Amino acid sequence: MFIGYFTERPYQDPGSGYFGATGKPIMDLTVSNEIYDAKLGAELYNRYLDEKMYAEEMGFDGLMLNEHHGTPFCMGGAMNVEASILARMTNRAKIVLLGNILPIWDDPLWLVEQLSMIDMISRGRLVSGWVRGTGRESVAHNSPPPYNWERFQEAHEFVVKAWTTPGPFRWEGKHFQYRHVNPWVRPYQEPHPPIWLPGVVSRDSLMWAAEKRIPYIMLATEMEPTKLAFQLYHDTAAEHGYESGPQNIGYLWKVHVDETEELAEQTARKYVQGPSNPFLAGNEGTVNPALVNLPGLTSRTRVLPTQAVATAARGGTGGVAGVLGRPFEQQVEDYTIITGTPDSVIPKIRHVLEYIRPGSIFFWDGDGAMTHDDAMRSLRLMGQEVIPAVKEIAKELELPGPFEVDPATGKDLTAEAVATPTADD
Amino acid sequence: MASTSVAWTEETRSVAGVDLHLRKGGSGAPLLILNDEFGHLGTLRYQDELARQHTVYIPTHPGFVPTPRLDWIMNMRDLAGWYLMALEELGLTSVNAIGFSIGGWLAAEMATMSPGQFNKLALVGAMGVQPPEGYIYDMFLNVPGHCIAACFHEPEATPEFQDVCPDQPSPEQAQAWEIAREEACRLGWKPYMYYPGLPNLLKRLKDLPTMIVWGGEDEVVPISAGQLYHQSIPGSRLEVLADCGHMPQVEKTEEFLALMRQFLA
Repeated sequence: MFIGYFTERPYQDPGSGYFGATGKPIMDLTVSNEIYDAKLGAELYNRYLDEKMYAEEMGFDGLMLNEHHGTPFCMGGAMNVEASILARMTNRAKIVLLGNILPIWDDPLWLVEQLSMIDMISRGRLVSGWVRGTGRESVAHNSPPPYNWERFQEAHEFVVKAWTTPGPFRWEGKHFQYRHVNPWVRPYQEPHPPIWLPGVVSRDSLMWAAEKRIPYIMLATEMEPTKLAFQLYHDTAAEHGYESGPQNIGYLWKVHVDETEELAEQTARKYVQGPSNPFLAGNEGTVNPALVNLPGLTSRTRVLPTQAVATAARGGTGGVAGVLGRPFEQQVEDYTIITGTPDSVIPKIRHVLEYIRPGSIFFWDGDGAMTHDDAMRSLRLMGQEVIPAVKEIAKELELPGPFEVDPATGKDLTAEAVATPTADD
Repeated sequence: MASTSVAWTEETRSVAGVDLHLRKGGSGAPLLILNDEFGHLGTLRYQDELARQHTVYIPTHPGFVPTPRLDWIMNMRDLAGWYLMALEELGLTSVNAIGFSIGGWLAAEMATMSPGQFNKLALVGAMGVQPPEGYIYDMFLNVPGHCIAACFHEPEATPEFQDVCPDQPSPEQAQAWEIAREEACRLGWKPYMYYPGLPNLLKRLKDLPTMIVWGGEDEVVPISAGQLYHQSIPGSRLEVLADCGHMPQVEKTEEFLALMRQFLA
């Protein structure tokens, strides 16, 4: 089992009036950055990095980052900058980028160089995920949505080639062209950093990942459609002649641990307050219906079971500001938010693991209106009690992570397995 | 005012590598209509009226419903080049043409490549040049119904508004809008709905009688773009309709038809 820590790094400014129950209505693309407070921004960036470093200390296997553009719910507009800092400031945990938004890079060679440098500085701890991005990413960096999927695939092929093929070489593609590809940095890991794919909506993307034996991470979706979508992954793998398993699938959801049940509930309610992602979990914001339906961004027909639920969770396409798409109580009821003391949280996590059978999980915490203290209490209790218990459960349930069993080959990668052939020597 | 006497036919013609959907009606000298970014919005009164004196051809652009998309067409100049081939195969050389909005941009590009293709050219609220003042309305940051409504100065005073922008579009219509937007997006995402070189190239239209028609209250393509077209095309005339938005043919049908009859006579 691979256990990662995630927060979306919201821009928390209760003083702005935009966020929280009494706030002004917030809709995607409608909040001007004229309200941005630089001193507050500096505090928050440093806070989130500190929390990531503490997460490593508390025993998390992975520190997960994501990227969004032009929105207060995620400050990671240049996630590779944060990853670069973690590469130097941490020394054990994987740096899991879920992920770089491939289609919006007009110059993916620059991405090749940045990621290789992160892998070098971290001495091989980079996990390089790709995403296709939401409408706001295409709009912010002015990338043509109808070519999103083509650009994604071509950029992936290009990056992998640049990581694995000695230069110089030429690349004359439909969307990217280079006459001299020879980056003076190569990845530390051989043949290249692991590539993972997180998502929610697109059937094309999930099947592409399964075909390429790339692990797929489902992001904060409800359990039943998640299981259905993963079955599609496993079926696609079988069609391509290999047996996928827990090592191929991952699941991110909200888990907050606290000292008492009362404090846990009080704090977990902050998930759906403040500037937390209103577009993924149905919080106090409104989606921009045009952004959700940016022309051609994803196929209108080839969608996953999780997609309809995701849309409903966002309050549908005509959501009303300040009205939760799914109330907090409902999210607790269906396990998409798990909160409590370690004793009450562990059996619930066990239920999720039994039902979905992922090899990687990510606890999404410290978000919304949660404070630094809220995040640190939870991290400490996770480290002291939850992570060791979950590791044991995963062993019992036989849920190997992608660093225990190779997702591409099914080969055992653990130290014992690797050591066995030489033990007799 | 309803016109019922014009019989419209629909056919599929295999031209220039695609099965082109073509609507045709009326009789007289050929008149080519190049649709806007919404594609086919139903048979409108201005079309019936024009068909009384012309054989009106309304092709559906590749990538709009139901003409299939051509993968290699990635910008407006690709589409213009394709159209010149298609018109040649259809035998529609030396025609009069009207281009609306994105179709106006298309017509202008075609004319710069092959000015002899047209007898007379009318550009109505044409996209294609960067407005010296203001910006072209961003149709991709708005839902289709809002985009169409933005084309009207006074939608409630426009009899055909509900026909082109029903409160409850049928699933087929909604789907057709989405597909049309997707292709419009391929043609004009960046730079947004213009080609920087076009004003310089338009000088080639010096011997082509060109009329530029604009709504005085066009909120989609600012009138400064119309003025730039006018300045860039030697000998062109600019006609501005008062109290009118981006779709003069629908919002001010009579005034629009009067201009066209006089221009095409």
